[in-house]
Parts: sequence; C-alpha cells; structure tokens
Amino acid sequence: MTGTTWGLVASISVASIVEFVEALTIVLAMGVTRGWRSALAGVAAAIVALAVFTFAAGYALKTWMPESLMQLVVGTLLLIFGLQWLRKAVLRSSKLKALHDEQEEFAAQTAAARQAAANSRFGIDTFAFVVSFKGVFLEGVEIVFIVITFGLSADNMPAAIGGAVVSGLLVLVVGLILHKPLAMVPENTLKYGVGLLLASFGAYWSVEGLGVFIADGESLHWPGDDWAILGLLAAWAVVSQVLVRTLPGIKNKRRETVTG
Amino acid sequence: MSYLKGFGRFWYDFIIGDDWKIAAAVVLALAITLVVTLTGLAPSSVGAVVGGTLLLVSFVISLVVDVRK
Repeated sequence: MTGTTWGLVASISVASIVEFVEALTIVLAMGVTRGWRSALAGVAAAIVALAVFTFAAGYALKTWMPESLMQLVVGTLLLIFGLQWLRKAVLRSSKLKALHDEQEEFAAQTAAARQAAANSRFGIDTFAFVVSFKGVFLEGVEIVFIVITFGLSADNMPAAIGGAVVSGLLVLVVGLILHKPLAMVPENTLKYGVGLLLASFGAYWSVEGLGVFIADGESLHWPGDDWAILGLLAAWAVVSQVLVRTLPGIKNKRRETVTG
Repeated sequence: MSYLKGFGRFWYDFIIGDDWKIAAAVVLALAITLVVTLTGLAPSSVGAVVGGTLLLVSFVISLVVDVRK
C-alpha cells in the first residue's frame, strides 16, 4: 500500500472509531437495562437498513447523479457534520462546554431506559429496539458518507471500506471484552482531528459542486487542484485555534456587559 | 402522524444537528459563492477561494453568536 492509501485508511479508521464508540454506548445501555434480545434486534434492523441505504445511495451516485451535483450534496453534508464536530471541539477546548464522557452518556441512557414504560411487540421491547436502531443507523449513515467521500476522492473505495470495517471490528471486540463503554478513547481529540478533515474535504467538494448550476455543469476549479485541500486544512486549523483562545474572552465580556 | 414526526425529527437531528446556525451558515456561504460565480464577478478559481473564505467567516460568526447568547 502507498502512503496515500495508508493515510486514507487511517483517516477513515479514526473517524469511524468515534462513530462506532457512540453507537456501542447506546446499544450497551439498552442491552444492560432492557434486555439484549431487543437491543440486538434493533442493531440487526439498523444494519439491514444501512445496507439498503448504502446500495441506494451508491447506485444513485454511480448511475444518474452528475459528478458536480454529487460533490455538492455529499460535500455539503460532510461540511455540516465536520463543522458540528469542530464547533463542539472548539467549545470544549475553550472550556465553554463540558467534555464528552462516554460514562456519563452511558449513565444518561441507562437512566432514560429504566424510566421508559415497558411496551412490547412480537416479544421485542419497543424502546430498546427503537433506541438501538436509531443509534446504530444514525452513526452508520455518517460512516457511509465519510467512506464514500474519502474513497471517491482518493479513488480507492476498497481501502476506504476496509478502514471502516477494521474500526468496527476493533470497537466491537474491545466492547465485548470490556463489556462497558469505551471511555478511554480520547473522543474529543479524535473529533477535533476528524472535524478538521471533514470540514476541509467538505468545503472543497461543496464549492466545486456549485458548478452544477453553471451553464456547462462543470465543477468549479480550486487553484492548485487537490493541493487546495491542504490549504483548507491549514486554514480550518488556524481559525479553530484562534477561536479556542478568543471565545472565552468574548463570553466573559458579554457576561460583564449583562451583569454590569 | 407520530411516525412521520419521528421520521422528520431523525433527519433533522442527522443533517442539522445540535446547532442550526452551522447549517444555515454553510447554505448562506455557498449561496453567496454561487451568486458571485453566476454573475461573473470572479473567474471559477477565484470564486472557489471566495467560497472557502466565506465558509470560514460564516463558521466564526455562528460560533461568536453562540457564545454571546
């Protein structure tokens, strides 16, 4: 494998680990409190739904969607995901938001599961099924988008899929062994790194994709072509670090104005 | 009806997430970039740089608005 392929696999693996850890926490909470049968039924249903979604999205992208429209749609979604992650990472780094803690998330999920009314259909607990399904499907769709974008941009879909599968298996095996949320994963740091990558790729693709509205339908061109992604990555890194340092001051100033 | 509501809520959570201002900032920045490109104010490559810059600026504004609340 080349360096680029290793970089691709590493980026997707890191991004996928974050999503898989979040899904695992939800499924564990449901399994422990409401029963494994219903929780695993939700996981199985989500995997089937994900397979259908991936097939439909892949077919649509490959057959009838013009390249520039695909760049616009996938790029915009990636950009929004990436900036949401970056926003949380910046607020947490500047101490304006509490650090994400899988143990706390697990405690909140189990508390909600214990309070929810028992409602059973076909021997399956509806609450555990729906929460597990939603958690796995939601995180899974994000992984699908990440794999599609990184795989297409590096023109190596098998490596992209491989990176996500390895991460999934890794989280699953560690989760099975420990049987508790993977709180040791430095999720906030990973989210910051992945947020930067998603924001850079997303900005690059979504702006290129605006070409779909131009007469010839050709993608817009960035100066330096693919090298512009590195420029965007540097720009997002600088802007986010400036925000980490300046936002607490803005917050304090605002507080003083309101109280004074 | 509750199924439809849940379906809509799912996609809202998925696409918009915790802060609607981020999605609004992205759409606004891309819309301005499109206008700049369509009106021929700048060539394609300059339009791309304008788009990237607008996305950075709109992200900063949305976070500052968030913190000042």
